Amino acid sequence: MSTAGIAGLSPAAVPAGRRRAWPRSALPGLRPTLGLTLLWLSLLVLLPLTGLLLRPWEIGLDGVWRVVTEPRALAALRLSFGAAILAALIDLPLGLLVAWALVRYRFPGRRLLDAMVDLPFALPTAVAGLALVALYAPNGWLGAPLSAIGVQVAYSRAGVVMALIFVGLPFVVRTLEPVLLDLPGEAEEAAATLGATRLQTLRHVVLPAVAPALLTGFSLAFARAVGEYGSVIFIAGNTPMVSEIAPLVIVTRLEQYDYAGAAAIGLTMLACSFLLLLLLNLFGRRLRPRTA
Amino acid sequence: MSVAIRPAVAEAPWVRRFVIGAAVLSLALLLLLPLLAVFTEALRRGLAPALAAIVEPDALAAVRLTLLVAAIAVPVNTLGGIAAAWAISKFDFPGRRVLVTLIELPFSVSPVISGLVWVLLFGSQGWFGPWLEARDVRIVFALPGLVLATLFVTFPFVARTLLPLMQEQGRAEEEAAATLGASGLQTFRHVTLPNIKWALLAGVLLCNARAMGEFGAVAVVSGHIRGETNTMPLHVEILYNEYQFVGAFAVAALLALLALVTLLAKGALEWLTGRRQGVETP
Repeated sequence: MSTAGIAGLSPAAVPAGRRRAWPRSALPGLRPTLGLTLLWLSLLVLLPLTGLLLRPWEIGLDGVWRVVTEPRALAALRLSFGAAILAALIDLPLGLLVAWALVRYRFPGRRLLDAMVDLPFALPTAVAGLALVALYAPNGWLGAPLSAIGVQVAYSRAGVVMALIFVGLPFVVRTLEPVLLDLPGEAEEAAATLGATRLQTLRHVVLPAVAPALLTGFSLAFARAVGEYGSVIFIAGNTPMVSEIAPLVIVTRLEQYDYAGAAAIGLTMLACSFLLLLLLNLFGRRLRPRTA
Repeated sequence: MSVAIRPAVAEAPWVRRFVIGAAVLSLALLLLLPLLAVFTEALRRGLAPALAAIVEPDALAAVRLTLLVAAIAVPVNTLGGIAAAWAISKFDFPGRRVLVTLIELPFSVSPVISGLVWVLLFGSQGWFGPWLEARDVRIVFALPGLVLATLFVTFPFVARTLLPLMQEQGRAEEEAAATLGASGLQTFRHVTLPNIKWALLAGVLLCNARAMGEFGAVAVVSGHIRGETNTMPLHVEILYNEYQFVGAFAVAALLALLALVTLLAKGALEWLTGRRQGVETP
């Protein structure tokens, strides 16, 4: 932004007319680093994704339609999206509760609790899947009491949702924490001074302020959950039409060397989730406070 | 500290206790209990069978393969991540936002699709499959495929951790160094690197944890050849499907330890720098 002659000057000090869009930086290394970046990105991300974009059409538009609307694939897609949305919705109040406790209160073990939130990020998904099965299997620590009251989590759709709640929770907590931390206490004080009860303050002052972050947290948790594989397949039982998720249908198609069919379902998943995230993003813009 | 954070209006003590209790309880049930279950199941018959399952030849081959894959994938994505963060944070050029979006793209792609894309290219019916087969080069169901799938899923980690920090730090220091005649590499080594080293380390740690723990993407390209193309997470699955539960949970416990060490190191880095190191928020 600043030119070679006045290196170190803050951009604001440079007269607007002399700023240029194209680099005139005092720093060397744009060409090699940008070149390396583009090479790295093209070979490892863009080239393979091109395959996903193009391969489904080998079987024609009606072929793709047949693959995607086949009852088993449709049921799996519905489960993946439905369970991901449900899990992300459950993560919202849970995440708000945890983030609120972590940000607003001081209590022994708070830092440990804070560190624990990241566990689903760091724990390999296969390990999470195995752990959840051990817990929720009919003879597991939680599965045994649950099955005594007639609730079966493992090997059912409930198990899928359970696993997705696990992987999505940190996204909601980590998105809410900085927002709660930055929330001006004055607004809450003003509301209280004006006679609002604590609950009214939370509902009319705090909730609108964190709403955009809740939406972002929901989007992130959903995006992670919809494609989740490792933590789900162990606990789901994978019964076709009942508890089989869309990524598993892709794996099955690949094992039958049906590349185009696998790519068609993969592309459908990606397209649907991007569309949903785009809608959430547009909705989020309307949620943001109008005053800067 | 508490004076600055606690607002004058606060919840009644019983509400406060209830919220803390509910938060602790839900995290314990949701996160801690699964972790405990892994270690308990691994040690169900004592330490000896668990250790035996880890030093058994196929398991050792899986450990070696996992280390090898990470040893290739992590440096490549670290180098690419540093280059991308440097180019995007130190220069203005059109399309920077698009570039950032594209770099973060692999985060929103299902692990299975991250493996699928490589099969579509290099599988036996992939675009380059027949050409490679004629030359007897194996990519899918072999080490290169595992590396490529891992590269895809761990692609954004380092760039994602470095970018916000380097953008915040600005360019003044580097510009001063360059004006004084330092070359690009000298500037990076003596000015930029000391400023970003802890964030870089955190990014590499997270990248490595994901590389060693990835399941879905490598499951698609591995072919599950025991002792040859089985990484540790895949070995866990095979053992579990063969009802060798102690073995499956023992290897899983080893992976869980890796996760705990990663979290511990990340926590230490945060404490050291007073800054949250994470890739989770966009």
